[in-house]
Amino acid sequence: MTALAHVPTSTGQPAPPPPPPRGGRHRLLPYLLLLPGAAWLLLFFAVPLFQLAAASLYDPAGSLSTGYALTWAFGNYPDAVQAYWPQLGRSFLYAGIALVLGLLMGYPLAYAIAQKAGRWKNLLLVCVVAPMFTSFLVRTLAWKTILSDNGWLVGLLRDVHLLGPDGRLLATPVAVVLGLTYNFLPFLVLPLYASLERLDYRLLEAAGDLYASPVQTFRRVTLPLSMPGLIAGTLLFFIPATGDYINAELLGTPNEYMIGNVIDSAFLVRLDYPQGAALSFLLMAAILAVVFVYLRRAGTEEVL
Amino acid sequence: MRTPLRPLTRRGLLTGTLGSAAMLATAGALAGCGTKGAVQTEAGCVSEDLSGTEKKLAFSNWPQYMDVDEKDESKRPSLDAFVAKTGIQVTYTEDINDNNEFFGKVQNQLAACQGTGRDIIVLTDWMAARMIRLGWIQKLDPAKIPNVTANLLPSLLNRSFDPDSRIAVPWQSGLAGLAYNGSVTKEIRTVDELLTRPDLKGKVTALSEMRDTMGLLMQSNGHDPANFTTAQFDDALNKLKKAVDSGQIRKFTGNDYAPDLAKGDIAACVGWSGDIIQLSGENDKIKFVAPDSGVMLFSDNMMVPNKATHKANAEELINYYYEPAVAAKLAAYVNYICPVQGAKAEMEKIDPELAANPLIFPDEALLSKSKVFMALDEKQEKEFEGKFQQVIGA
Repeated sequence: MTALAHVPTSTGQPAPPPPPPRGGRHRLLPYLLLLPGAAWLLLFFAVPLFQLAAASLYDPAGSLSTGYALTWAFGNYPDAVQAYWPQLGRSFLYAGIALVLGLLMGYPLAYAIAQKAGRWKNLLLVCVVAPMFTSFLVRTLAWKTILSDNGWLVGLLRDVHLLGPDGRLLATPVAVVLGLTYNFLPFLVLPLYASLERLDYRLLEAAGDLYASPVQTFRRVTLPLSMPGLIAGTLLFFIPATGDYINAELLGTPNEYMIGNVIDSAFLVRLDYPQGAALSFLLMAAILAVVFVYLRRAGTEEVL
Repeated sequence: MRTPLRPLTRRGLLTGTLGSAAMLATAGALAGCGTKGAVQTEAGCVSEDLSGTEKKLAFSNWPQYMDVDEKDESKRPSLDAFVAKTGIQVTYTEDINDNNEFFGKVQNQLAACQGTGRDIIVLTDWMAARMIRLGWIQKLDPAKIPNVTANLLPSLLNRSFDPDSRIAVPWQSGLAGLAYNGSVTKEIRTVDELLTRPDLKGKVTALSEMRDTMGLLMQSNGHDPANFTTAQFDDALNKLKKAVDSGQIRKFTGNDYAPDLAKGDIAACVGWSGDIIQLSGENDKIKFVAPDSGVMLFSDNMMVPNKATHKANAEELINYYYEPAVAAKLAAYVNYICPVQGAKAEMEKIDPELAANPLIFPDEALLSKSKVFMALDEKQEKEFEGKFQQVIGA
């Protein structure tokens, strides 16, 4: 967010320099403040991650009753990819399409709430957040009803011939992508809103005074200033959407299953822990790679 | 002069954390790591029974699997009567929604020979078989469950995972067969119709329980799901794969097919008898079909897991539910196949119509074409389940 610090603040004063560091016990203060978070991260992230890494290298011939031996079975990785690459690819495809749809809807929405909503601002924000008070599952199940074959939406689409007489929405890729878009939209809108809300309207006026067209103003002023929110929002949307399996499970069919469904079944149904762990790691690595490239291209290290 | 504290940057912190995590991981992995086998033995994992001093019992079951009072949903007449009769306080929890999910919930404790806090759990045949194989279940004392010995339905005796009927006692049984919604499609008679009839395309679901779906398919091929070869399994699987690839089968479901069938989003499916009876109560166009090639018989079994501390109390409850009058009361509510002989006579007093329902009290003809899926060892289970999951897409 420090990108904003380089822009004159609304008071017209440069930001005050950070206070000089003080000695003594204050020296440890940042670390003490970090302690709870670090402990949490260690206990619930680093340790399980380590276990998962180990599990992904277990001997695939092992089983629950005989136990698993760590045999550095790196072959688990290519085996898992070979068996499930379509689901892996599909995860990124669906999450990517959902992200584009989310941006198309979310950016104007965040902009409108932040800049144009006036006294409706808080109400609109509540509207964005309110669905999150019901459970993720319930919201997805509600989509099942909305998209139902005999529901009004499908009926309407058939009447206007966007769908054939036997066409359907439920149990198609469209339903899964719609579900993903809907479920993760707030994670995109809220950080965007936070960025856009601090956008100084006078900068836009200044751009106009300097003969920038609205499009140019958007491209050279609004968009760069909202970058931190855009990047944070995109990541908060894309990462969980890629790993999601509820939408594919409830709104899709086996032909729409994403990698999350496979991991779920590897751990709970097939009890193939090495494969499940290998796939989890692959998913994580793939997401990290995508995010890394994205951040490089977006040209900021402020988010990381 | 002291050097000023180097400012903590996000990148610095991240690099540090990642670096140390990586080092930790490597170091730990080098130290060697793996899991021990999860098998427990009777001698190695002894459970203590506190029933003598504690009149308590924790009973975990599936939702809507116990009779409730029509006026007050929080009252469970048959269970309340048991509490009144014996003075044993029963904590009844509906926390089993899925065999695999429940297994995941308790596996760490049971594999380490620790208590789960539950005295009775209710799981389907194949999961019961797996837990018994792992040595996680306590044997019951036949002397304490005379009603079970006397009243258990003969076709549920000698099941391969529990030949002496003293470790897993059926709570309710059911059939897996076909079902259709008559307001959306015309009658369906065979598995092949379900998998190939063009007017059903994209409006068919099958069960994600491998044993039910595959058992029906193998029967439709003329093979016996209680005793089959890998080649026969593969035959049936190919048939299923064709139906998935052609888009005939819309999806694989657990219990969640029921609302879709009622709405007409799906026209026909592989389903469970109990669900269909409940649906047909609301819409008589929804019908259960037992194809001539055969149906699958499954049970959900009461079991006492290792380290459960109220085994004698649990046996008392199991015995109580095998009294025909109690079983009839329960069956009248849950509408699954009642595993208790003599309950039919009692049911005639409660509701003659239900007593005549072959899906609650099946006749010889239906029982003779119902099969229990072959008990699989761990290797077979992994192989068959793996192949099946590959076809159903996960």
